[in-house]
Amino acid sequence: MFSKTIAQLAIGLNKGEFSSCEITQSYLDRISAQDGKYNSYITVTPEQAMAQAKAADAVISAGNASIMTGIPIAHKDIFCTKGTRTSAGSKMLDNFIAPYDATLIEKFNAVNSVSLGKTNMDEFAMGSSNENSYYGAVTNPWGENRVPGGSSGGSAAAVAAQLAPAATGTDTGGSIRQPCALTNLSGIKPTYGRVSRFGMIAFASSLDQAGPIAKTAEDAAILLNVMAGFDHKDSTSADKPVSDYCASLNQPLAGLKIGLPKEFFSEDLNPQVAAQIQAAVKEYQSLGAQIKEISLPNTALSIPAYYIIAPAEASSNLSRFDGVRYGYRCESPVDLEDMYKRSRGEGFGSEVKRRILVGTYALSEGFYDAYYKKAQQIRRLIQQDYIKALKEVDVIMGPTTPQPAFKIGEKTSDPVEMYMEDIYTLSLNLAGLPGMSIPCGMVDGLPVGLQIIGNYFAEERLLNVAHMFQQATDWHKNTAPGL
Amino acid sequence: MALDRQDVEKIAHLARININQEDINEYLGNLTSILDLVDQMQRVDTQNIEPLSHPLDAIQRLRADNITESNQREQLQQVAPAVEEGLFLVPKVID
Repeated sequence: MFSKTIAQLAIGLNKGEFSSCEITQSYLDRISAQDGKYNSYITVTPEQAMAQAKAADAVISAGNASIMTGIPIAHKDIFCTKGTRTSAGSKMLDNFIAPYDATLIEKFNAVNSVSLGKTNMDEFAMGSSNENSYYGAVTNPWGENRVPGGSSGGSAAAVAAQLAPAATGTDTGGSIRQPCALTNLSGIKPTYGRVSRFGMIAFASSLDQAGPIAKTAEDAAILLNVMAGFDHKDSTSADKPVSDYCASLNQPLAGLKIGLPKEFFSEDLNPQVAAQIQAAVKEYQSLGAQIKEISLPNTALSIPAYYIIAPAEASSNLSRFDGVRYGYRCESPVDLEDMYKRSRGEGFGSEVKRRILVGTYALSEGFYDAYYKKAQQIRRLIQQDYIKALKEVDVIMGPTTPQPAFKIGEKTSDPVEMYMEDIYTLSLNLAGLPGMSIPCGMVDGLPVGLQIIGNYFAEERLLNVAHMFQQATDWHKNTAPGL
Repeated sequence: MALDRQDVEKIAHLARININQEDINEYLGNLTSILDLVDQMQRVDTQNIEPLSHPLDAIQRLRADNITESNQREQLQQVAPAVEEGLFLVPKVID
């Protein structure tokens, strides 16, 4: 049962082969038996899960079920869940019981989906390895000393270890796609504004976007159907009609124009990973796609631009953590300034502090033009590269990451080395475009992710392109050793 | 632009983050290498390029000024570190 996709579980629930209570209990038992190895959950919520499962079973019996009714999933601990701790992986919010639900959580509740609990993550979503969590590192089920990627590393590890059929994540610079690539999963970062950010703890507000992490592109489409949509509570929510993301999954790919940016195949890319990407492109050719080499000349600049814009927005967003209204407060502050400084100094971890300091510096008097404005101008250049390329091709493909999962501790000593991990994913967030990662091969027993990038609001097409690949290949069916 | 220990202390003060004296050198090293990385941007000519702050160049949406939320002060203050009679308590500011 643990290998079943959401689509398969929904059929079983509908036919009465099993109840939501049964599958929910099985997953809860499996989490308590096995998650010690992975540390993929921060908080498991068995009582709420069973109450939701019971309610879902009643909805199913009454004949009112939709496809997600009674399906248990896990949520990244960045989404506020009323009455449950929502920590964002930080000591700062270790004691924070969210007083309201994020819009995304409300939407899953509205279709009677079941929440198993909250997954581990890099603190405030800042990281590419899930080693920056106050609750400890997460282990990749594909190798016990390997990182699962970040920042949605707990969500990815939970699904890859079959401790949840699917999970939610967020992606500010690759935090859905990179963990999916490293754990053999399918995930999509939608167009900026497609999924509401209300109740999602903010990191970099002009880049943050929520999306699903699943076993297949079809499951990702099912989840996105629940998540997507306009929300008046989010001022940057896109007021555009939502497609049925499952409607054209099976559309043939004949005539699809795929662009391969030469900058994504430079010497930084592991040659074995490159070979797997090329093999996937060949598979697409056999499905009728045409290949064209394109150029995204400003790709390398996405790292410096991102590592100004994201920290600058983070330094502003995280100023709300002041020890007054919620979150951690230091012991016996002598005055207000001491309270602010020690609460923040003790409550934030080192990567979060680094980024706040970089952002504060970039926004400080005299440096704004040289850093923040310059980064925003480069952001425009990066967007223009994509707009030009997407006039010539339907989708852009390349690797999600330069290499497969690296070892825990391998990149922690040098933050800049860790930042280079994001070279292929950052530019998408800067441009606000949607992108996916799907499994496309193995290197030394570790999964490789194929990144698929599309035009604004082209999620339906991306999911179709991903699904057709999964109809023709079996890479996505590989499970971690020992499962 | 080379930073020194005093710069790190000044930035930390602006950010209202306490940093232990023994950690300043590590932060100095980290910030220096991050700023070296982002200095690549300075090589690019961006004259006359409009800065991009929102990927879809959206404008701020407005709504009618109606009351849509009920008062949830007690509930919202349950997560506060120190509260008394509906007020957030902080260390004394004025003697």
